[in-house]
Amino acid sequence: MWSGRQGRLRPVGCVVEELRCRRREREAALRKARREQQLVSKRLLRDDVLEEVEGGCVAKILGEAEIQQFLRLAQRGTEEKERERALVSLRRGLQHPETQQTFIWLEGSIRTLVGLLTSSQALLQLEAARCLHELSHSEQSAVAEACLPATSYLLTYLSGHSSDFIELCLYTLGNLIVESEAVRRQLLPQGIVPALAACIQSPHLTVLEALGYALSQLLQAKEAPEMIIPSVLGSTLPQHILRLLQPGPKLNLGVAVEFAWCLHYIICSQVNNALLIYHGGLSTLGLLLLDVAGAVQRTEDAGLELLACPVLRCLSNLLTEAAVEVGGGPNQLEDERVVAALFILLQFFLQKQPSLLPEGLWLLNNLTANSSSFCTSLLSMDLIEPLLQLLPVSNVVSVLVLTVLCNVAEKGPAYCQHLWPGPLLPCLMGTLASSDTEVVGQSLELLQLLFLYRPEAVEAFLQQSGLQVLEQHQEEAQLQDRVRALQKTALHR
Amino acid sequence: MQLPPALRSRLVGAPGAAEPLPVERDPAAGAPPFHFAARRVRFPRDHEFFEDGDVQRHLYLQDVLTQVTEAPERPRRAFPSVHLLDTHILEWHDSLFQILSERQDMYQCLVEGCTEKFKTGKDRKDHLVRRHLYPADFRFDKPKKSRGPATPVATVQVLAEALGDDGEQSGGDAMEVCSEHAGPLPERVGERRTYSHRIPSTICFGQGASRGFKSTKKRKEHR
Repeated sequence: MWSGRQGRLRPVGCVVEELRCRRREREAALRKARREQQLVSKRLLRDDVLEEVEGGCVAKILGEAEIQQFLRLAQRGTEEKERERALVSLRRGLQHPETQQTFIWLEGSIRTLVGLLTSSQALLQLEAARCLHELSHSEQSAVAEACLPATSYLLTYLSGHSSDFIELCLYTLGNLIVESEAVRRQLLPQGIVPALAACIQSPHLTVLEALGYALSQLLQAKEAPEMIIPSVLGSTLPQHILRLLQPGPKLNLGVAVEFAWCLHYIICSQVNNALLIYHGGLSTLGLLLLDVAGAVQRTEDAGLELLACPVLRCLSNLLTEAAVEVGGGPNQLEDERVVAALFILLQFFLQKQPSLLPEGLWLLNNLTANSSSFCTSLLSMDLIEPLLQLLPVSNVVSVLVLTVLCNVAEKGPAYCQHLWPGPLLPCLMGTLASSDTEVVGQSLELLQLLFLYRPEAVEAFLQQSGLQVLEQHQEEAQLQDRVRALQKTALHR
Repeated sequence: MQLPPALRSRLVGAPGAAEPLPVERDPAAGAPPFHFAARRVRFPRDHEFFEDGDVQRHLYLQDVLTQVTEAPERPRRAFPSVHLLDTHILEWHDSLFQILSERQDMYQCLVEGCTEKFKTGKDRKDHLVRRHLYPADFRFDKPKKSRGPATPVATVQVLAEALGDDGEQSGGDAMEVCSEHAGPLPERVGERRTYSHRIPSTICFGQGASRGFKSTKKRKEHR
């Protein structure tokens, strides 16, 4: 099979391998960026239809003279069509970094562009906005920051009428937001939070997705917990975000993904999560989780983990809030369907995105740690065995699975009665033999609880050569005290 | 991972939970040398636990988005924001405004959400520049030129300038805006234009015009 991609014919295998390679490189770069707290991503909005109409030929780099000519024509041409064409040519040229550089250093260029942005002709405005958008997407700070004089206008246009135009402004703002703290320091006093709070009432899905993106980047900023999130929480944005995350037939996946990430950045910043709980955040997110689990069963859409991930994180972190500790009422999550949904998602992660298993198990821990109700659900819905099936995935996953099992076991004899006899003990024999200290350590904790509340299990343990397995770790500093204690318990039966 | 068949039906069943089993703890549980305690765990923003999910999020963001436009008709009107237009209509066309402004601060700040009011356009502009970091030559705030009593033509010119037309001929759009406000003005006080929004028909979960998941063809290369 030959791939006709981009007019170059190559065997499909090569293309796929190249793509995989490029993706691995990108992932590695993103991980590095995250460790350095520089993880930002710009978005580029390009019109497929437009590109087709323009003939699909590669735009060329523009020189100074050409740029000046196009600007002059755009500004002072006599015919509207002529002016528009000039701007289109400029915009296409601006797809090139070289053109961008030349452009920003030309005297008066940005001022002219901003003037066209504020002209009374819709098509000129749109093209000027597209030019700005190309510039905003640049990786060169100087180019992106050259757009700063336009920000007050972009914000103004958020309460305009053309949804396409608003969308473009939002993505442009989003790109500028991630550019630097200096840019954000300008946008905040210019009123970006109230502008977004007004714009979020738009019924247009494309606008909402763009807004969610821009807001998520604003909330992800380093200085967000101190400088941005408080005013966001003080606006009507939280209520609107939760409204847009309500499950049901009107829920749009692209929109939901953006706002779920917004909510995650707010919650994990620990500024005022009680407010979100007050607005029904727990209930909304719980129901949303059910919806995602349902969707996962219906469709092969591999994009659902992009929504599942932030929802899990939000729920897990919200569950740690003091407001949730007080039992009963709407502040509590007491619906065992959430546990069912979570397991369906765990299975989905196992197949599509194993790296998300730890996050799913983290939620399971937070659900079961202080809840006899959810621990009982795990037992009554026969979920212990599926949980054990995750043990071989990785050491991190093993530790989390064992922790959840400890959550169940520590509740006492009534719970341990359901843990033995059963598949748990044989699995424990496996994890006890692990070379990972943490896995073994957590296994020892579970074993102690099992011996304490289900003494009959000791005999079975001995019969399965448990003592020999324990002996392996007798000299291990972090484990030896616990190993000895268990040996003593086992031998005294 | 094998899930019990009853799980899927539980998901679509009624909310609620089974009666919890009785909890009965022994003080020896988790006692030294053991240390297990059931605990909810919280992760802050930058914790490395989030690394994988964050990387996936940003890979998704970095895909080039394409817009599939359905509307063949591009918008012909160019209006500044409702807020600004209303502010303009109020300030430019309202002789009552003029009278009132002699007695109280009538020039309201142009930033959505800011409730400051000023005596003159210049004061407002200074506020915009100092407080909201607006550019010194922000176009929607030109000082009022003294003109005679508002006639349709003069009004059009003045509004066109305010909209930053660079001195060119105002197009039909500006004319349309103004024609609704020509004539004796006191009745116009507080008039608000209403713009209808097109409400999209119900979109089903998993379908719809969302750009993030529209081009599944382009998605596949990144799986």
